[in-house]
Amino acid sequence: MTLHWWHVLVSYLLTFAVFGALAIGAALRHRAAKRLLATLDPRGDRP
Amino acid sequence: MDQPLAAATGATPPRPAGGRTLHRFANPGRFLRATGKLMPMLWGAALVVLGIGLVWGLLLSPPDWQQGETVRIMYVHVPMAWLAMGGYTGLAVLSVMSLIWRHPLADLTARELSPVGAAATALCLATGSLWGKPMWGTWWVWDARLTSVLVLFFLWLGHAALVRAFDDPERGARAGAILALVGIVNVPIVKFSVDWWNTLHQPASVTRLNAPGMHVDILYPLLVCALGFSLLFGAVVLARTRAAVMERRVRALQLARARREDAVPA
Repeated sequence: MTLHWWHVLVSYLLTFAVFGALAIGAALRHRAAKRLLATLDPRGDRP
Repeated sequence: MDQPLAAATGATPPRPAGGRTLHRFANPGRFLRATGKLMPMLWGAALVVLGIGLVWGLLLSPPDWQQGETVRIMYVHVPMAWLAMGGYTGLAVLSVMSLIWRHPLADLTARELSPVGAAATALCLATGSLWGKPMWGTWWVWDARLTSVLVLFFLWLGHAALVRAFDDPERGARAGAILALVGIVNVPIVKFSVDWWNTLHQPASVTRLNAPGMHVDILYPLLVCALGFSLLFGAVVLARTRAAVMERRVRALQLARARREDAVPA
């Protein structure tokens, strides 16, 4: 693999790692909030 | 203002004349229901379009006659640059909505947008460096384009930090909105820096519609990747905003419970 391809690979991995981390972080926050809401407001209507 | 919103956010903004449509989605329940249906479609569309863009950009598109394989970095670098500038323009629009209409969802969305915008700008700078080293022979130069994008990155970071620096979220949102509106002056500087000054960074090539600066074999996968990353950016911001709406509801309920427990005589 040439040096140029290494730079391409690192660029793509970096981009998908950052956006993956942001997406997973949002999903974890959503799940935690949903669980807490279910405890605090069991009759609440939420998605 | 709807009662559930007041309970969820603690905000009591006045409802302006003609702001009925704007405030329709200020109801957290309505917002969560509407976006709950939208989210799977948005994630699905982002993944499909990005998958196509990735295969096209990495495997099917030809190498550039001058840049060789390194041209493939452009399929992530250019969308990140567009998202950094477009996202900041969106932040300014949200700030106007926040300052004029006191729209609580605009505050929350701006708060959740700035870390994602900062990440996109950081990725733009990082992938630009990874392209610059083999092409220019250096990771960084202090030319007008690179420096103005670095300033944009600091503006994103500053907004993210400022809105979280106050105990009162409304005061933080107001300070952040003012910073976002002051910082919007940097967006045209980023865009036109390559025209106004002599820069190592090349001038605009995609937006010259009368004389496109690149072959369609490279232009089309670039546009597909830009669409895919825009959908992904939107999905991440919306997912963070949904989580933030629910977190505010949790805090409001916890506060109400604590008040009830305090009110009960021992």
